[in-house]
Amino acid sequence: MNNSVIIKTKDLVKVYPMGQHDLVALDHVNLVFQKGEFAGVVGPSGSGKTTLLNIIGSLDTPSDGSAVVLDRNVETLSNKEAAKLRNQHIGFIFQTFNLFPVYSVFENVEFPLLLQRMSSAARKKAVYDSLEWVHLADRAKSKPAQLSGGQSQRVAIARAIVKKPEVVLADEPTANLDAENSHHIMKTMVQLNEELGTTFVFSTHDEKVMRYLRRKISLIDGKVAKDEVISKKRGKST
Amino acid sequence: MIRFLIKGLIRDRSRSLFPVLTVMIGVMLTVVLQTWFRGVESEGVQIAASFDTGHVKIMSQAYADEYDQIPNDLAFIGVHDLMQDLKKDFPDMIWLPRIKFGGLIDIPDENGETRAQSSVMGFGVDLLSSDSPEKRILNLENAVVRGRLPEKRDEILLSDEMAQQLGVEIGETATLIGSTMYGSMATYNFTVVGTIRFGITAMDRGSMIADLSDIQTALDMDDAAGEILGLFPDLFFYDRRANGIKDQFNAAHQNPEDEFSPVMLTLKEQAGFGEMLDLIKSASNIGISIFVVVMSIVLWNAGLIGSIRRYGEIGVRLAVGENKNHLYRSMIIESLCIGFFGTVLGTAVGIAIAFYLQETGIDISSMMQDATMVMSDVMRARITPGSFVIGFVPGLLATLLGTSISGIGIYKRQTSRLMKELEV
Repeated sequence: MNNSVIIKTKDLVKVYPMGQHDLVALDHVNLVFQKGEFAGVVGPSGSGKTTLLNIIGSLDTPSDGSAVVLDRNVETLSNKEAAKLRNQHIGFIFQTFNLFPVYSVFENVEFPLLLQRMSSAARKKAVYDSLEWVHLADRAKSKPAQLSGGQSQRVAIARAIVKKPEVVLADEPTANLDAENSHHIMKTMVQLNEELGTTFVFSTHDEKVMRYLRRKISLIDGKVAKDEVISKKRGKST
Repeated sequence: MIRFLIKGLIRDRSRSLFPVLTVMIGVMLTVVLQTWFRGVESEGVQIAASFDTGHVKIMSQAYADEYDQIPNDLAFIGVHDLMQDLKKDFPDMIWLPRIKFGGLIDIPDENGETRAQSSVMGFGVDLLSSDSPEKRILNLENAVVRGRLPEKRDEILLSDEMAQQLGVEIGETATLIGSTMYGSMATYNFTVVGTIRFGITAMDRGSMIADLSDIQTALDMDDAAGEILGLFPDLFFYDRRANGIKDQFNAAHQNPEDEFSPVMLTLKEQAGFGEMLDLIKSASNIGISIFVVVMSIVLWNAGLIGSIRRYGEIGVRLAVGENKNHLYRSMIIESLCIGFFGTVLGTAVGIAIAFYLQETGIDISSMMQDATMVMSDVMRARITPGSFVIGFVPGLLATLLGTSISGIGIYKRQTSRLMKELEV
């Protein structure tokens, strides 16, 4: 695999058995993502966006074909190896934030580093660096319930980037946010992409997100209908 | 990481406080019920043994054959020598010679004419010997309602209920009218020095307790007794030991040719007690087992639901990179902690309640007005070694099982499906 290629899928197929019939979620998908890309997978509900992200994130395995992420073939990874890949190299951002409600902002962001057995001092520095990125260092001691939706999603971003992953997978990250917060979140991610070189892959059908994408991959019925590069520059300056 | 998980556990009451309380209540109920069943079981045995059967009992063969009629004419003679033999051969046992008798109690007026009269069930027991354990065995000091215990010859106790019906005051004379061992009429004057209430309805209705030597004199039963009761010192019945003593005694003393030779019976061999005891024990074991199973299902479900409602959190932890083994292990350790603390607390509270019920009991005398059985009208619990461990079955094992089974879902589902299904 080329050094700058970070994700590659080849004839990727995912089939879910649904009673007597099979649902084809992904149908021979061939995609390549370069390091530092800011790409989005768009399409209507049920088009296979989340399934594609799940397989890239080693949360799921292909039915056929292959998905190679950071030189690791997802379908051959053991549970332990998949967990290690997610913990060290991939960050996730979810539509519903999914913060742990009983832990503080600091503790939520700290959690992935605890799994890496990092020292206390290094963890503290990494967590505060990460919170600085999303402008929430002053809310480190707050609980998720005390934050707005936009702030909660920024904490989720901080949790995803605290371990400095090569790839961040964001599944409908702005679906639960208003327009203003959506733009803030997207600007933050553009900035992270430009300054840290982190690869971002979104799944979305939100027009506000699409405006920021440099590459837009349209999925329809599990097939790549269109793959267009919008801008060569990292992120989008508006 | 462990500190992080403990922090979450303590902060999230739905993961710590409420499950601990659920386990605690379940275990507490199990312990109280177990001690209650054991209490009912052992109270029945203890009362029967103290007042009637002993753990073993010696009678003449003829007396044993007609036991229901209390045939004192068939009592055995030579109690003194037999007691010496028993104390030598079985020094660890308590031996109590007694005479049971029926008769009339007559209360005279100032002219010596009958003022009041009633039938009476009497007990001649050793009250005046300094080393006699009878006061303790019959719990006489606590049973006194008015007056005092007999301190010298010719003094008696009457049941308080009967004394009130007869209008007897402390210090008044009461005449026993009965029949001697040889069938002639016997009258004997006693002084009523106290009234008693045992909390055993059949005993409290019309009983009289006198010193053994007075009854021997009154009924012309010199050196005779209807029965000698043998009790284990802790007052608990041990079937196998009792049988061993019986076999040894009967081998040495029983003579089938002589109907007045002594014969020993164990508690279970008397008046259908064996069948009754086995029935009570089986019933209480079944009752306890059913309750333990029901409580286990409740707590198993609590463990199951507790884990299922955390699938969302589990999904995120997996996505962030925690591996399944680590996650499953942490859930098991968590449920072990919950189960252990809940069980220890539940056992402690259950034992405290059981201790109160053991010492104080619940008065059911109002439900026992017409009872004729020798049984206590105060129901008590009894704490046994099993009471300290029985709670661990539903408290620890069932909780652990619930978490283990629900945790299997982590392995069975694809991680992505787990997250999707649970709306992560």
